[in-house]
Amino acid sequence: MSEQALIEQRPLTRLGGLGRVLRRIMREPLGALGLSLVVFVVFMALFADLLSSYAPTKLSPADRFQPASWLHLLGTDHLGRDLFSRVLHGGRIALAIALGATGASLVIGIVLGLVAGYGPRWLDNLMLLLFDALKSFPTVMLALTLVTLTGPSLTAVVVVVVLVSVPGYARIIRTQTLVLKSAEHVMAARSMGASTTRILAVHIMPNVIGPILILASMDIPVVVAIEAGLSFLGLGVRPPMPSWGSILNDGFANIRDSYWIVVAGGLPIVLTTLGFTFLGETLRDVFDPRLRGRG
Amino acid sequence: MTSEPLLTVSDLRVRFRMGGIMAGLSGQPTSIEAVAGVSFSLERGRTFALVGESGSGKTTLARAVNGLQDAAGGSIRFEGRELRDISKADWKPLRRRMSMMFQDPVGSLSPRLSVRSILAEPFAIHGLSGKDANAEVLRLLALVGLPRDFAERYPHQLSGGQARRVGVARAVALDPVLIIADEPTAGLDVSVQGEVLNLLNDLRDRMGLSLLIITHNLHVVRQIADSMAVMYLGRFVEDGETEAIFAAPHHPYTAALLSANPEPDPDKVHNRIALPAEVPSLLARPSGCEFHTRCPFARDKCATDAPHPMRMGASLFTCHFPLNTETEAARASTG
Amino acid sequence: MTVLDVRDLSVDFATEGGTLQALKKVELTVPKNRIVGVVGESGCGKSTLINAILGLLADNGSVTSGRILFEQGQDLAHLDGAAMRALRGRKIATVFQDPMGALNPVLSVGRQMRDIQYRSSVSRKEKDARSVAMLRKVRIPDPEKRLSQFPHEFSGGMKQRIAIAMALMMEPSLLIADEPTTALDATLEVTIIELLKELQQQIGCSVLFISHHLGVIAELCDEMIVMYAGEVVERGTTRDIFHNARHPYTRKLLACDPARLSHRAARLPTIPGTLPDLRRRPTGCVFKTRCEIADGVCSSMPPDTVIAEGHVARCWHTSEALTVEATA
Repeated sequence: MSEQALIEQRPLTRLGGLGRVLRRIMREPLGALGLSLVVFVVFMALFADLLSSYAPTKLSPADRFQPASWLHLLGTDHLGRDLFSRVLHGGRIALAIALGATGASLVIGIVLGLVAGYGPRWLDNLMLLLFDALKSFPTVMLALTLVTLTGPSLTAVVVVVVLVSVPGYARIIRTQTLVLKSAEHVMAARSMGASTTRILAVHIMPNVIGPILILASMDIPVVVAIEAGLSFLGLGVRPPMPSWGSILNDGFANIRDSYWIVVAGGLPIVLTTLGFTFLGETLRDVFDPRLRGRG
Repeated sequence: MTSEPLLTVSDLRVRFRMGGIMAGLSGQPTSIEAVAGVSFSLERGRTFALVGESGSGKTTLARAVNGLQDAAGGSIRFEGRELRDISKADWKPLRRRMSMMFQDPVGSLSPRLSVRSILAEPFAIHGLSGKDANAEVLRLLALVGLPRDFAERYPHQLSGGQARRVGVARAVALDPVLIIADEPTAGLDVSVQGEVLNLLNDLRDRMGLSLLIITHNLHVVRQIADSMAVMYLGRFVEDGETEAIFAAPHHPYTAALLSANPEPDPDKVHNRIALPAEVPSLLARPSGCEFHTRCPFARDKCATDAPHPMRMGASLFTCHFPLNTETEAARASTG
Repeated sequence: MTVLDVRDLSVDFATEGGTLQALKKVELTVPKNRIVGVVGESGCGKSTLINAILGLLADNGSVTSGRILFEQGQDLAHLDGAAMRALRGRKIATVFQDPMGALNPVLSVGRQMRDIQYRSSVSRKEKDARSVAMLRKVRIPDPEKRLSQFPHEFSGGMKQRIAIAMALMMEPSLLIADEPTTALDATLEVTIIELLKELQQQIGCSVLFISHHLGVIAELCDEMIVMYAGEVVERGTTRDIFHNARHPYTRKLLACDPARLSHRAARLPTIPGTLPDLRRRPTGCVFKTRCEIADGVCSSMPPDTVIAEGHVARCWHTSEALTVEATA
């Protein structure tokens, strides 16, 4: 077999071009569905201002409890606010928190994981202890404690999510860093006099980051659910800011007469969760089937 | 010349910790000596080869010289400086003077960097980004005989021989005086091995380099090394001029290694020195001469008395009953 | 009688860049009781050949022509999965470069050797006795005690010897050994070669021995084939090939082996040029791009020229090739 052919027969572990990735995702039915849902949700959130003709916080007591109509696509709530525009703007907040919190967790998790894996043994042990301690807290307990201390806020939600997800990311990065620490290309960099920062950033991080990006994409729906849950309990986004969780809460109070409020709050959560989950799973299967069964 | 050799290693020792507290309490040894008192020197422009089976400590020795592995005892002098007690900051400029090539041609290149980035890296690390990095990359590619468009390739797109050339190019990037090469021909096809050895020989001659080669391939040693040492259980059992050792090995282990090379001639009659038994564990070094458990010529004395290093002609060895002593005497009287 | 008779075998792989012809008109005969060597450098098609014989071609690979006759009966190229599985491990055994491929790390060696004999109806005790006898044959000291040990308790050389013992346990008629000594030190390598030779004679099986190490082939094999870019460019007895090679590639390959140089050379011989892309095979001779004596006639497919009884080279210039040496 020629060398070129041998090269092409190697398992695909590199991220490759974006076009190629998209093609492979679209080839899987679930992947295509997931990607479409995600694009749809992101599009709606991005252009929330253009797509809805009402301000999400505008009260209109005359229009209370309107069912869905051409005027109010998803109806109105107990304060007469247009639910469609609340859902779109709530989506903005949900996605911003999900992406922001996941991004922050990724950065912190990667840095801590690299340090634990590459640093001295005692530091590694100490950090492992810390990760395990954090992981052993139930999410809701952690959230309640934090909110009791600081009061409900967007920041509190983000901090809870970061605290909950960092240990998992850091552990995966740490394990892979430990393996790469004695790899020949890392030894070669050391023998050239490369600094520790350089070794971590150039020679280790690009090789350990792949699986974690896939896991993070599968964690986004979890964060969306956490945000909605906390807001539902009144511990997250503060009214009058719209949130899928608080819309749900409003709906539950009036579920007997106005079922559409619960639908307006629940539907986007379901769609977003399914979309990101399908997309994440397809990404995982495409890039790293070994991760199957995790996350 | 009376000046100091480029590299002088004396009585170098490297230990690895083994087991935990429990092993220590139960009286088992808690460390092994992977390199156990090794001495040699390397002159400028010369090539020295370390030979031995896997586990003999040759790679550990090389890594200790390169500062990747802490030494537990002895001294390493390079360009007149003792390397064992210099700080990490002082090491950095030395890394321009001494570079190392690792065993796996492809694996020693960072998988997500292009050949261009790989070759530019030594300059970036040593703050030489003022130099035109692109020009340097092209110069290095030309030096090792790779076309310019290879700069855009990634390690997984290279064959073993091509990757090895990139490794050589990176090793010579900063004009070092010493290159340590760990198994430079491992995993390469025969026709490519020759290319790589020719390249290393050329560069040595053109740049006045010294080479420290680690290999288990004796044919490679013969083609490239001026002098050599044979390692067994972390010690030299024989060292000296390559030609002399190939002509008349004195230590039975050296003789066994030389005779173990299958030669490409179906009619060749082999007078092999078979080595029975397994390599002993470093945790339980044999008494007396450490080779006696596998030596076909061992006598009673070998199991109890450790032999002292003996010099004969151009080689130094540790054996009570050396081989080929007549050949040596004959050589001495005629030459 | 021939144990394995490969005739006109071609194997294609479907790849993204087009069809890749990995084997082209391969001819190979393994007579009973003989050791046949396969030499060639990376990319020559050695692995594809073994996989084709074992019926283990990847999904995108297919046999496009030829047959693989086993014991003058079954055609392995067109055998169904079940029939192939019945042959593998019993009539055709394999030993690979990494012995751990054959050994299960979580089962004791004794258990694994007993499992191989699952078809035999003798008692467990008798099976163990046969395992012990086999381990003794491959010179594992204290085989009775060793039966209860796990693979990781053995050194690399011993693991390979156990893998050989397991392969030969069922007394196969063909042993395929794929670079079994490559990962071993030279001193171990020669003991394994000697062992293989001895066992082959005792059991009376044939061996197809794949190696890139010319010295090992010279020492072990009776006959050999030389492969380049998916073709058998030359085949004959080991003596024919080493003393009277006629294909320019064989001659260059032999000249490259540093073991043939008795003194230190100023420059080591190499083979300039690179392997052709097998998706775009050159027309005619596959080696012509790297061959100094290639001329116009080489643009058409060279015949398998018979040089002597059993010595064949796929070249137009088998007599001129004598003057060719590897470039120094």
